[in-house]
Amino acid sequence: MDLNYSPEEESFRQEIGDFCRAELPPAIAAKVLGGQRLHKQDIAGWQKILHKKGWAGYQWPKAFGGCEWDATQQSIFDEETALHGAPRLLPFGLKMVAPVIMAFGNREQQERFLPRILAAEDWWCQGYSEPGAGSDLASLKTRAERRGDHYIVNGQKTWNTLGQHADWIFCLVRTASEGRKQEGISFLLIDMKTPGITVRPIITLDGEHEVNEVWFEDVAVPAENLIGEENKGWTYAKFLLGHERANIAGIGASKRELVRLKELARATLSGGRPLIEDARFRDRIAQVELELRALEITNMRMLAAEREKRAPGPEASMLKIRGSEIQQTLTELMMQAVGPQALPFLFEAMEAGWQGEPVGTDGWAETIAPLAPSYFNYRKVSIYGGSNEIQKNIISRIALGL
Amino acid sequence: MNFNFSEEQELLRDTLASFIKRDYDFEARRGILESEAGWSRETWTTFADMGLLALPLPEEHGGLGGNAIDLFVAMEAIGRGLIVEPFLATVVLGAGLVARAGTESQQAQVLPAVASGECLLAYAHGEHAARYVLSHVETTATADGDGWRLDGAKTVVLHGAQADKLIVSARTRGNAGDEDGLSLFLVDANAQGLHRSDYPTQDGARAAEVVLKSVRLGADGLMGELHQAWPHIVHAQERAIAALCAEAIGIMDLLNQDTISYLQTRKQFGVAIGSFQALQHRMVDMLLATEQARSMAYLAAVKVDTDEAAERAKALAQAKAMIGQSGRTVGQAAVQLHGGMGVTLEVRAAHLFKRLTMINTQFGDADHHLGQLSDGLLAA
Repeated sequence: MDLNYSPEEESFRQEIGDFCRAELPPAIAAKVLGGQRLHKQDIAGWQKILHKKGWAGYQWPKAFGGCEWDATQQSIFDEETALHGAPRLLPFGLKMVAPVIMAFGNREQQERFLPRILAAEDWWCQGYSEPGAGSDLASLKTRAERRGDHYIVNGQKTWNTLGQHADWIFCLVRTASEGRKQEGISFLLIDMKTPGITVRPIITLDGEHEVNEVWFEDVAVPAENLIGEENKGWTYAKFLLGHERANIAGIGASKRELVRLKELARATLSGGRPLIEDARFRDRIAQVELELRALEITNMRMLAAEREKRAPGPEASMLKIRGSEIQQTLTELMMQAVGPQALPFLFEAMEAGWQGEPVGTDGWAETIAPLAPSYFNYRKVSIYGGSNEIQKNIISRIALGL
Repeated sequence: MNFNFSEEQELLRDTLASFIKRDYDFEARRGILESEAGWSRETWTTFADMGLLALPLPEEHGGLGGNAIDLFVAMEAIGRGLIVEPFLATVVLGAGLVARAGTESQQAQVLPAVASGECLLAYAHGEHAARYVLSHVETTATADGDGWRLDGAKTVVLHGAQADKLIVSARTRGNAGDEDGLSLFLVDANAQGLHRSDYPTQDGARAAEVVLKSVRLGADGLMGELHQAWPHIVHAQERAIAALCAEAIGIMDLLNQDTISYLQTRKQFGVAIGSFQALQHRMVDMLLATEQARSMAYLAAVKVDTDEAAERAKALAQAKAMIGQSGRTVGQAAVQLHGGMGVTLEVRAAHLFKRLTMINTQFGDADHHLGQLSDGLLAA
């Protein structure tokens, strides 16, 4: 047994780290490391930098301009970039719709969409959930009727992440209502500029505009934007959700946040002494650190199993549950660290370069501003992408046979 | 043994419940939060008219002389209504301190004005380096002629910028961390050298950073005995804790109610999601946590005005620790069971969750009070 990465993998990690040190703009890294608000240009900008290096498609096959890295290399890349303060690449284009287009799209669709996804020229969003179709996704009701060479789409999608910036949306739509509800679903690519689309913000707990409702009213979509066959969309959707597993544990980001938590505990004073001297709070940090270490090794075990091409099990669900719990604990402890100072809601101070009236001591507002909002916002991670209850159902069915 | 509320207390509860239903629903509250002031003078006047502001004040100064159980009923309703007006800052903390530590003339000047709704108070005690350590006061008051000069900075002063008068704790001798040498001062909001920066709080209320630069007071600015404010500072926190515990119970009851209703109406896979056992058990955990918390909130109310300081301290620490823990259990589960809706500001549960979370950060979180109890074991 050997818990170390191979020398080749370590030098690969070194290469990623060197690249981040040289190319990741410090202004973007500072936002990520300080928990400040990220904008479209930060996320797309980082992807463009990676694209220039040829790394934007690090999970893609070489045939489509990707790196074709194995799961271990992908994991090292995710972790190393996160540790350096790189923004998380949005999964909707690169990791969700692109693999579907590669596997089930035709050549025209591949040539039209994939290069623009890779280069961050198109911003993609997801049209899956509906008000009545969340955990039970297959009960979705948004209709697409074929009329001539177009589909006419009517309905409503929700929990659409960052769709306010999007150029394109990939949607699951109902094209037939007979038979099982999983049959009769199709996978459509829709230009967000098409008349009849309305994007309405949903404001999350932390006051941010991160998700939307998207309404479709007689939206005419060219039939050539259908992926694969009509009524086979559920197969593609399941394929897509299988690709969501990469980086699902968020280990790199959690390691980074653990560092931030320790710094905060050193910098925060309690009775005039650093909070880190408080044994009870130290226990909390030590506990989450050991949970994270365990998950890191569990993740490595799963990577090794994947390399040996053992049948995929419920690993993604396990990583999702523990990974999300650790992320939530880290945000909670950072809020807890500052004690009563978690109370101020300093919305503007979450903006990099904020020049407001200094509140309290220097830098205080910027430090505390993101803490409670992050805790509130991160309640989502045990809900989205299949709630933790759904993940437990999957594990009990697949791993336990119950 | 008797856990019943009196007829008057039931009446107060009904009065506040119908006020919330009529004048302080979700939309009305949203309007108040989005207003420039961030609180409603009209609501405050209504509270004064219904006698709420006079409730715990002494009868000799225009109060109703209500006890801690009366206050429990009021705070529970304030929790259910998610009321953002400065009741805790003005009535519980501010007037409570004036009534106990203030001179006769300070009481005569301030308390009737609080009862009538004309005067808002704030208690400026917490400092940046203190976190939850109550004795860590660096702000100083130095003798200046026959009066005082105050210098220092206070953080997260609840409704500090809305207050007409502030009660400021300051060190008159010794060092930060000493329980001896602390004194309380009554400071006019428009005093020269007093600077307040107002901001909204995570739960929709207001607080301020307060800076004091050579703020000069007359001799009559001192409240109570010089150097001997420590017992008042401790008791003020205990009264705030009892009030927050009651508020939290109001919130948890409503969160449970909203969550049960969501489980009954939200359908997935053709059935109400409340038919899934995993969700039922989580809901049961919420209920158990709430009932344990309710018991401790009662204990807090019964013990908060007892003269036996050690017994009082232990009960209040136990109550606040449990409220923090139960609030976490109930709040997190309520959001999770609401699914995506729970993380949006469109549902009441989200607002209740935020306030409940912030209650844990005020006047010592669960770990802090557990620590106090744990240290108490060594002393025993």
